[in-house]
Amino acid sequence: MSAPTAQPATHSSRTDPYAPKGLSLTLESTGAILLAILWVLPLAYAVWAAFHPAEYTTRFELTAPLTLDNFTRAWAAAPFARYFLNTFILVTMILAFQIVLGTLAAYALARQDFWGRDVAFALILAQLMIMPDALIVENYRTLAKVNLIDTIPAIALPYIASAFGIFLLRQTFKTVPKELDDAARVEGASPLQVLMKVYVPLAKPTYIAYGLVSVSYHWNNFLWPLLVTNSVESRPLTVGLQVFSSSDQGIDWAVICAATLMTSAPLLVGFLLFQRQFVQSFMRAGIK
Amino acid sequence: MNSRATATIHGWLLLLPAMACLALFTHWPAVASFIESFYSTPRARRPARFIGLDNYQQMLADPIFWKAMSNNLWFAIGTIPASIALALLMAVWVNDKIVGRTWVRMAFFTPTILPMIAVANIWLFFFTPQYGLLEQIVGFFGGRSTNWLGSQDTALYAITIVAIWKEAGFFMIFYLAALQALPPSLGEAAAIEGASRWTYFRRIQFPLLMPTTLFVLINAVINAFRMVDHIFVMTRGGPDNATTLLLFYIYQVGFSFWDTAYAATLTCVLLALLALVAFVQYGILERRTHYR
Repeated sequence: MSAPTAQPATHSSRTDPYAPKGLSLTLESTGAILLAILWVLPLAYAVWAAFHPAEYTTRFELTAPLTLDNFTRAWAAAPFARYFLNTFILVTMILAFQIVLGTLAAYALARQDFWGRDVAFALILAQLMIMPDALIVENYRTLAKVNLIDTIPAIALPYIASAFGIFLLRQTFKTVPKELDDAARVEGASPLQVLMKVYVPLAKPTYIAYGLVSVSYHWNNFLWPLLVTNSVESRPLTVGLQVFSSSDQGIDWAVICAATLMTSAPLLVGFLLFQRQFVQSFMRAGIK
Repeated sequence: MNSRATATIHGWLLLLPAMACLALFTHWPAVASFIESFYSTPRARRPARFIGLDNYQQMLADPIFWKAMSNNLWFAIGTIPASIALALLMAVWVNDKIVGRTWVRMAFFTPTILPMIAVANIWLFFFTPQYGLLEQIVGFFGGRSTNWLGSQDTALYAITIVAIWKEAGFFMIFYLAALQALPPSLGEAAAIEGASRWTYFRRIQFPLLMPTTLFVLINAVINAFRMVDHIFVMTRGGPDNATTLLLFYIYQVGFSFWDTAYAATLTCVLLALLALVAFVQYGILERRTHYR
């Protein structure tokens, strides 16, 4: 699979006449670094508050003692282990369904020529505009009717068919050479076998890109999970954090910062370790 | 059975699972909101009955609805141009070989992957009166103490700033991808013609980035109607509805006041706004941007 972006490697051998040099490079770097510092300031502050005793929350002294006390207190004050498990189940469930449903639909849209295809595609793309968040009232009614409120599947259901995922996979499948498809069929493969043996392996980068985007989105999602959950057994981390910081804790900023870091930690650590993949995945997902 | 019919059956069978979910959780709820907006909210011993346009009349006479609409408008005006301009600036910077490029790019992008609900806690502390960080900075320079989130004049600005901070780095990614895809020969040709860097950006790079700008713009507009998570932590719509956005108001009406019919009516307004965005995108803007 070749990415649609031009390869930077071939550029570097040529000199860009507009690359800043000397003073302008210094000015540009300074500006960029200042803005970058401004951008990480909230996170940097949270790290400071979380790793220092409460009396240093607003006193910035280099000699302040480090502590993990805030984390142990946050961990003990709310069932974060359960919230982590719930979120993990939730994002896995959503991604698995999104990939299966998306692959089947994208294959039909990309390579089958059939009656009503364009209408179906338009109906699917409607979800890009009408995001599930806008339909909270009706979706809540639907799930209440089938007695699913306060379960993890209830959080997942409105998202498991993703127009974005279908669209992304359709674009990828369309780039697979038709000859490969034909060759597999000549060998006697059924349409589903062709899909599994030819298309899916070739679309691996798209699956990774989409997976990262989907997991970060649903790890961070808040409004819908807030509405359909009301017990520890189904609450994901984001809702758990909100319940924790608004009621259980009063205003102990150090502990709230520790809890905040804890909930973001898996994505944040993953991002720091695989920065390039993350950035490229979001890029790939955005290029149509 | 001819092959066309077989293909149609195959095609729809493949589409069936996804289409069923979309029908159930996107298409039907949209239609149901519309239908329900013409009925009264069912109460214990009073089932819903047809009331025509009463809900819409109630809405037009509802000062909080208008407040939410104007808040949302200002929120959109505040977030959309600022986050797009910042994203473009960030992308141009990070695309050049500046000092610490990888770190700078990472710093810009980090807010994208953090949960809004989590970072809102940090921002809440930033804006807290008396001992919040902003207060201390203002106090250090001898400024007056302000309750940033508790004052009607400043709360919406605070909400807007957090939204810009959250999404600028996300949009930067798309500009960065587009900048890297521009053929280097364009820059070489412009340099031979003696164009300044600003001219090169304004006359060549920026026009060629139009499809990206359109894509980012549409996303920014949708986000302006979708980003409400931080409101739950920072202001809960207050003070006196100064930060109530349309989606947050739908939440309040539907899930705090349990007036589902009125919430459905408000949902129809949101859907109409989103449809308008779609219409502008496909009907007008896409014809004017030239694609690669």
